[in-house]
Amino acid sequence: MISVKDITVRFEEKTVLDHFSLELPEEGITALSGPSGCGKTTLLRVLAGLQPVEGGTVTAPKPPVILFQENRLLPWRTVEQHITDVLPRSRREEAGRWLALAELEGEERTYPAALSGGMGRRLALARTLACGGGLLLLDEPFTGVDAPRAARILDRVRQLGMPVVLSSHEAEVVALCDRVIELSGPPLHQT
Amino acid sequence: MTPSTTSRNFKRHKLLRAVIPLAFWLGVWQLAAFLVDLRTNGHGALLLPYPMLVAQRLRLLAVQPAFWQAAAVTLGRIFGGFAVGAAVGALVAAATSALRAADWVLTPAVKVIRAIPVASFIVLVLLWAPSSGWVPAIVSGLMVLPVLWGNVSKGVAQTDPLLLEAARAYRFGRGKTLRLVYLPSVLPYFASGCATGLGLAWKAGVAAEVLCQPKLAIGTQLYRAKITLETPDLFAWTAVVIVLSFLLEYVLGFLFRRLGGGKT
Repeated sequence: MISVKDITVRFEEKTVLDHFSLELPEEGITALSGPSGCGKTTLLRVLAGLQPVEGGTVTAPKPPVILFQENRLLPWRTVEQHITDVLPRSRREEAGRWLALAELEGEERTYPAALSGGMGRRLALARTLACGGGLLLLDEPFTGVDAPRAARILDRVRQLGMPVVLSSHEAEVVALCDRVIELSGPPLHQT
Repeated sequence: MTPSTTSRNFKRHKLLRAVIPLAFWLGVWQLAAFLVDLRTNGHGALLLPYPMLVAQRLRLLAVQPAFWQAAAVTLGRIFGGFAVGAAVGALVAAATSALRAADWVLTPAVKVIRAIPVASFIVLVLLWAPSSGWVPAIVSGLMVLPVLWGNVSKGVAQTDPLLLEAARAYRFGRGKTLRLVYLPSVLPYFASGCATGLGLAWKAGVAAEVLCQPKLAIGTQLYRAKITLETPDLFAWTAVVIVLSFLLEYVLGFLFRRLGGGKT
């Protein structure tokens, strides 16, 4: 079970999560849905261990791997290098598989500056998937990606068998998930 | 318009960009030399020689082996001092950025080096150095060190924190983070520091040669030209310094473009 119990997250004076608790099954794809600023990104960062919390406990499969809300690509690395950079030396030949999953075949030698917004997003997703881990956290994974392609890629992600928690504004993406957690507005207080 | 026509136009434009300013400033020099000559009743070469006279002197100097030896030794000294100063400046910047204790101890020292006038350094190093030939190299290095320290420190501080967090999230080790995030982020700052530092190294290095007068040195030749009132020689040797400085800057720029892969 993935769980957060009685956690509080504050950014200076602003409280984003206030004594917040949530339990999720450790399988399938769970969507976090809700208005902007309700704490979806903060919750994903908490599960990734990147966001310090005040009190409470966080239980999640290790190691988590996160797709950030921003692509965070390295302008000086090619598409293929982004994948091989996160793979161990012995698994570098797998790069093509991850690029195929994100439908980026033929772009191996392209630099991020030459990618479209959707392609950059898919590269960031492919890198996250290649990095691997016990829990996949995806923050708005299909921003700028057309709906049919997003559906195909999400189906391939499902076949990996990793538990996935994603946040999304797109109704088409949310509809494809196994369950949806609707989060209310800030400060988020849910038990 | 075909690609070859575009390429030809681009080359022509590049050539004109180089030739027109050169022709303009040579014209200004020629006119100024003419006016000085007029005001001094034909003794203008003592104050401002004509460009053609300087070119003739340069041609005469260039056939002497001593000319090439002096130019090569000065180039070696200044580039050596510059390279060591740049490397030490970058290493000190890495230390002061990574370790608070190093920042406390080394930052004030580098700031003092930056504030000390070049003339003080030349005289002090002349007293301490084993031979006068070392002084220009050491002084060049000391001029370059604070510039590179400042630029590399700024580059480290400006490294995108989002990329650093991503490096942690994707489980990059220290070495990989250094190689894939820090070094490419800092490279443009390092290159810019080198361009500034190179100019300083030439100015300080040649000034040190003028004051210390090593046997083979452009600075020594400049000093001799001054005391014998051979102003065309002074201009000719200065032209050599300018050409060597541009050459070194071009080579370094080329190397940095190759290192950055044109992506930074």
